[in-house]
Amino acid sequence: MSAGGGGNDVQWCFSQVKGAIDDDVAEADIISTVEFNHSGELLATGDKGGRVVIFQQETENKSQPQCRSEYNVYSTFQSHEPEFDYLKSLEIEEKINKIRWLPQKNAAQFLLSTNDKTIKLWKISERDKRPEGYNLKEEDGRYRDAATITTLRVPVFRPMDLMVEASPRRVFVNGHTYHINSISVNSDNETYLSADDLRINLWHLEITDRSFNVVDIKPANMEELTEVITAAEFHPHQCNTFVYSSSKGTIRLCDMRASALCDKHSKLFEEPEDPSNRSFFSEIISSISDVKFSHNGRYMMTRDYLSVKIWDLNMENRPVETYQVHEYLRSKLCSLYENDCIFDKFECCWNGNDSVVMTGSYNNFFRMLDRSQRRDVTLEASRESCKARQVLKPRRVCAGGKRKKDEISVDSLDFNKKILHTAWHPQENIIAVATTNNLYIFQEKVN
Amino acid sequence: MAGAEGDDSLYPIAVLIDELRNEDVQLRLNSIKKLSTIALALGVERTRTELLPFLTDTIYDEDEVLLALAEQLGSFTVLVGGPEFVHCLLPPLESLATVEETVVRDKAVESLRKISQEHSPVDLEVHFVPLVKRLASGDWFTSRTSACGLFGVCYPRVSIMTHTFESTLITAVMHFRTLCSDDTPMVRRAASSKLGEFAKVLELDYVKSDIIPLFTALASDEQDSVRLLAVEAGVSIAALLPQEDLEDLVMPTLRQAAEDKSWRVRYMVADKFSELQKAVGPEITKNDLVPAFQNLLKDCEAEVRTAAANKVKVFCESLPEDSRETIIMTHILPCVKELVSDTNQHVKSALASVIMGLSTILGKDNTVEHLLPLFLVQLKDEYPEVRLNIISNLDCVNEVIGIRQLSQSLLPAIVELAEDAKWRVRLAIIEYMPLLAGQLGVEFFDEKLNSLCMAWLIDHVYAIREAATCNLMKLVEKFGAEWAQNTIVPKVLGMANDSNYLHRMTTLFCINALSEVCGQEITTKHMLPVVLKMSTDQVANVRFNVARCLQKIGPVLDSSALQAEVKPVLEKLATDQDMDVKYFALEAISGMYLFNLPTYIFSETFSFSSILFFFFSFSLSP
Repeated sequence: MSAGGGGNDVQWCFSQVKGAIDDDVAEADIISTVEFNHSGELLATGDKGGRVVIFQQETENKSQPQCRSEYNVYSTFQSHEPEFDYLKSLEIEEKINKIRWLPQKNAAQFLLSTNDKTIKLWKISERDKRPEGYNLKEEDGRYRDAATITTLRVPVFRPMDLMVEASPRRVFVNGHTYHINSISVNSDNETYLSADDLRINLWHLEITDRSFNVVDIKPANMEELTEVITAAEFHPHQCNTFVYSSSKGTIRLCDMRASALCDKHSKLFEEPEDPSNRSFFSEIISSISDVKFSHNGRYMMTRDYLSVKIWDLNMENRPVETYQVHEYLRSKLCSLYENDCIFDKFECCWNGNDSVVMTGSYNNFFRMLDRSQRRDVTLEASRESCKARQVLKPRRVCAGGKRKKDEISVDSLDFNKKILHTAWHPQENIIAVATTNNLYIFQEKVN
Repeated sequence: MAGAEGDDSLYPIAVLIDELRNEDVQLRLNSIKKLSTIALALGVERTRTELLPFLTDTIYDEDEVLLALAEQLGSFTVLVGGPEFVHCLLPPLESLATVEETVVRDKAVESLRKISQEHSPVDLEVHFVPLVKRLASGDWFTSRTSACGLFGVCYPRVSIMTHTFESTLITAVMHFRTLCSDDTPMVRRAASSKLGEFAKVLELDYVKSDIIPLFTALASDEQDSVRLLAVEAGVSIAALLPQEDLEDLVMPTLRQAAEDKSWRVRYMVADKFSELQKAVGPEITKNDLVPAFQNLLKDCEAEVRTAAANKVKVFCESLPEDSRETIIMTHILPCVKELVSDTNQHVKSALASVIMGLSTILGKDNTVEHLLPLFLVQLKDEYPEVRLNIISNLDCVNEVIGIRQLSQSLLPAIVELAEDAKWRVRLAIIEYMPLLAGQLGVEFFDEKLNSLCMAWLIDHVYAIREAATCNLMKLVEKFGAEWAQNTIVPKVLGMANDSNYLHRMTTLFCINALSEVCGQEITTKHMLPVVLKMSTDQVANVRFNVARCLQKIGPVLDSSALQAEVKPVLEKLATDQDMDVKYFALEAISGMYLFNLPTYIFSETFSFSSILFFFFSFSLSP
C-alpha cells in the first residue's frame, strides 16, 4: 500500500459507521472532536456529553484483508462533567473541545482532553490479571472464622479477561479565563500549550498547579478588542516554534527561544485582501477556524470559511496553494449569516505524506484536495452508501446556470448536516469523518 | 511465626495481607507501608517465593501506593534473606522502573541504586547488569530513562572486581551512547541529566575519549530541554578534568551554551554560574566567565537577567582575590548600574536582594562612592518588592558604612511601604521593623517609626494587626520594659476604649504578647485593670478574649492579684449568657488550677464542657 499517498487515484470505500442510526439526535451525542493516535491503531472521539470513545483497529486478519481497518470500541469514559463556576455565575459545558494523544511512553496510552476550561490527562491501560486469595474471607466475600486461620495466604495474580481502564492522571485547572479552543503537545514530550480566545499558556505535563502565559492579546480596555485567537499548534519537530491563528485571518509564528513572552511574533502570515471581493462578510469569512502543520513541518494549512490555504513557513506574504472548499456559498453568505452557519468552525487535516488534505463542508460532504495533481473531489458520508466496501461516488454541486445530471443544486443542500471534524490515519489511507452524531470510517479500496 | 496452629498473632498479619488488595487506596497504602511486618511474618522463604511475585504484578496501583512500594523495597534486603538473596528484589523494582509516573520511577531507581551496593560482585554481574541492559534496550522510553540512572552505580564495582574490566566498561559506555542518541527527547533528557554522574565513576581517559563527545552532542541537541540539561553535565565534567584540558574539551561547548539561541539554555548557564565558576578555576573565570557573565547580565530576556542578577554577589565573592576589585569595578559594576534601572521588576528585585552584599567585598570607600547611589535609587523604585529587598538586607551595609548614611532615604521608603495598598507588602515591612529599630536606634525610632507601628494595630486586615502585635513584643525585647511603659503601653491601653470592638480586642492581643516581656509590675499595675474592666464589654468576642487573656497573663501575675482580682472576674464570666465566654472562662479557670469550682457552675455546665474537654484531649493524644 502506498503509505498514505495516492491522493485522488485512491478509490474510497465505506468501511464502518458508528453511532445511533435513528434520526433524532440527542444533543449529548454530537461528536465534537476526532483524533487518531500516533500509530493510527487507536481513534478517539469526544462528544458534547463530555464522553470520550476510543476505537481500536483490529489486528490484521490474513483471511479477510478487507477487514484491515475495522475499528471497534476499546474504551468509553466520561471525561468531563458539566460544572458551574459560582464566582462568575457561569455554566461550564462538558463538551470535549479537543483531544490530543501523547506519544506512547510505555504499555499504556495517554491522551489530553479539554472542555472550555479544564484540561485532563487520561491514561488508558489494559489489565489481564487480577489478584486472588484472601485470608479472612472467601473469594465471594463470605467471611471465614478467624479462629480457623492457621496459615497466612499471599494473594496470587491469575489471568482474567482483558479489561481496559481509563483513569484521570492529571487535571489542569484555572489556567484559562476564556474558552479553550486548542491544545497541542510539544515535540519535547514534556510540555504542551493550550489556547483560549485571548491567551496561550504553556504547561508541563507533570505540573498541574501552574502554567506559563506565552501569548496574551487581551487589550487593557476590552472595548478595543478587535481580534481573537482561534487555534494554535506546536511545530511537529521544532520544540521552540508554535503558530496561532486569529479571527482576522492572520497566522503568527512565535519562537519561544527568543523570549519567554511571545507577544512579539517572529513571523506573520497574511494574504493581502482582494479589494474586489470586499463585502460586509469579508472579515467573518476570513476568520481562520483551524491551523495544522504538515507532518514534515515545512508547511501549514489553514481553513477559513470558504477555503483551505497552504503556507510555506518560509513565505509570509501569501499562501503557496489555495483551494476553494465550497465557493458556491459565496452568494449565499447573507442567509448563512442569518442562520449562524457562517460561524461554523470547520477543521482540516493532512494525509500521512502531506500530499492530500481533507476538510468538511455542508450536506455531509467532505472534500479531498490533492496537492500534487491540483485535483479535488467531493465525497459524501451518508447512510445510502453504507454497504460494506461500497465505493464512494464523487458529488458535484451546481454552481449556477443549468443543473446537469448528477449535480445537486445549492438550494437543496442541507446546512444542518455539516462535517466539521475529520481525521486521517497517520500512515494509511483510512479516514474518520464525523457527521453530527455518526462517525464514518472510510478506507482505500483494496482490489 | 507463620504456621503456628491457631495462632492469634496471625490475625493482624492476615488483615494486613488482605488489605494489600483492598478497594480503599488508603488501606492499601497503610498495608504497603507495613510490608516489612508482613515479610517478617511470612519468613524469608515465603517472602521470596510468594510475596515478591505478587508485588511484581501490582504495578496497576495508584502512584502513591507504588511510590511507597518502591521505597520499601530499597530496604528489604534483610527480609529476603540478606545480601545472598538481594537479587530477588530486582523483578518488582524492574517493573516499577517502567511505570509512567516519574516520581515512582525515580524512587525505584533510587532503591535499585541502594540495593546494588548490597550485591556481591558476582551477583552484580549475573543479575544486576543484565537488568540494566534490559532496561536500556527496553521498548518504552520509561525503561530506558530509568537505565540512565543505573550505569553510574553498578559499573565501577563490576569493573574493579572482575577480569572483564575493559569489556564491561566498553559495553557500559556503548549502552550509554545509544541512550544519548535515543529517538525520544525524554530518554536524551534523562541521559543528559545523568551524564555528569556517569562521568564521575569513569577513568579520566574514558571521560576524555567517550564522555566528551557525548556531552558535545547533547549540548547541541535540537531540543532545548536536552541542551539545557547538558549545561549541568558540563559543569560536573569540567570539575573532573585537569585545568589544561578544560580549554580544549569543554570550554567551546560551554561558551556556546552561554550564547545559545534559546533563552532557557542561557538561563540554565546563569543559574549554574557559581558551580561553573568553581569548576573551571580562576584563570578561565577571568578570561572567559567574566565576559560571559557580563553578557548574561545584559541578556535580552528578562528571565536570564534575573537569574544572572541573583548570582552577582556569589560570583564577585568567588573571584580570585588578587584581581577581584578591579574586575568588579571595571566589568561587573557597570552592568549592575544598568540593571538598577532595568525595565523588568523581577530583574531589579533579584538584584536588590544581593546588591547590598557587594559592600562587604568592596569596602567602605567604594561602597559610599559607587554602591550607595545605587541603593538609594532602588529604595525609591516603583516596585515595593525591590524596596523591600533592599531594606531586608540592610545589615550587610550596616557593617560597612553604618545605616545612618541611608536613613534620610530610608524613612520615606519605609513609610511608603508601611502604607502600601497591598497587605502582603505591609506585612513584609512589619517583619523588618525589629531589625531596623535595632540598627537605627531608639531615638530615631521614637521620632519616626513609632507612629507607624501603632497605626498597624488598627489596620483593617487581621494578619497585619496580628503581625503588628508580634512586632511590638520584639521591639520591647530590644528596647526594654521601661521604654515600653513610656511609649507603647499607654497607646495600647488607650485602644481599650475604642468604639470598634476589633480595636478593643487588639488591646487584649497586645497584652497577651507584651505581658511577659514587660514583667510583673507593669502587667499588674497597668494592664490588668484594663483587662478586668473589659470583662463587662457588651461584645461577647471581647469578653471571651478577656478570659483567654487572663489565662495567658496569669503566670506573670502574683498570686494575690490572681485571687483577689482575676478569680471573681473569671467566675462571673463562667456564668455568662454566651456559650463561648463560659467555655473559655472555665478553660482559664482549670488551666490556671486556681480555685475549687463552686458546684453550681458544675451543675450547669459540666456536661457541655467536659465533652469538649474530652474531645480536646483526645485529639491531642497520639
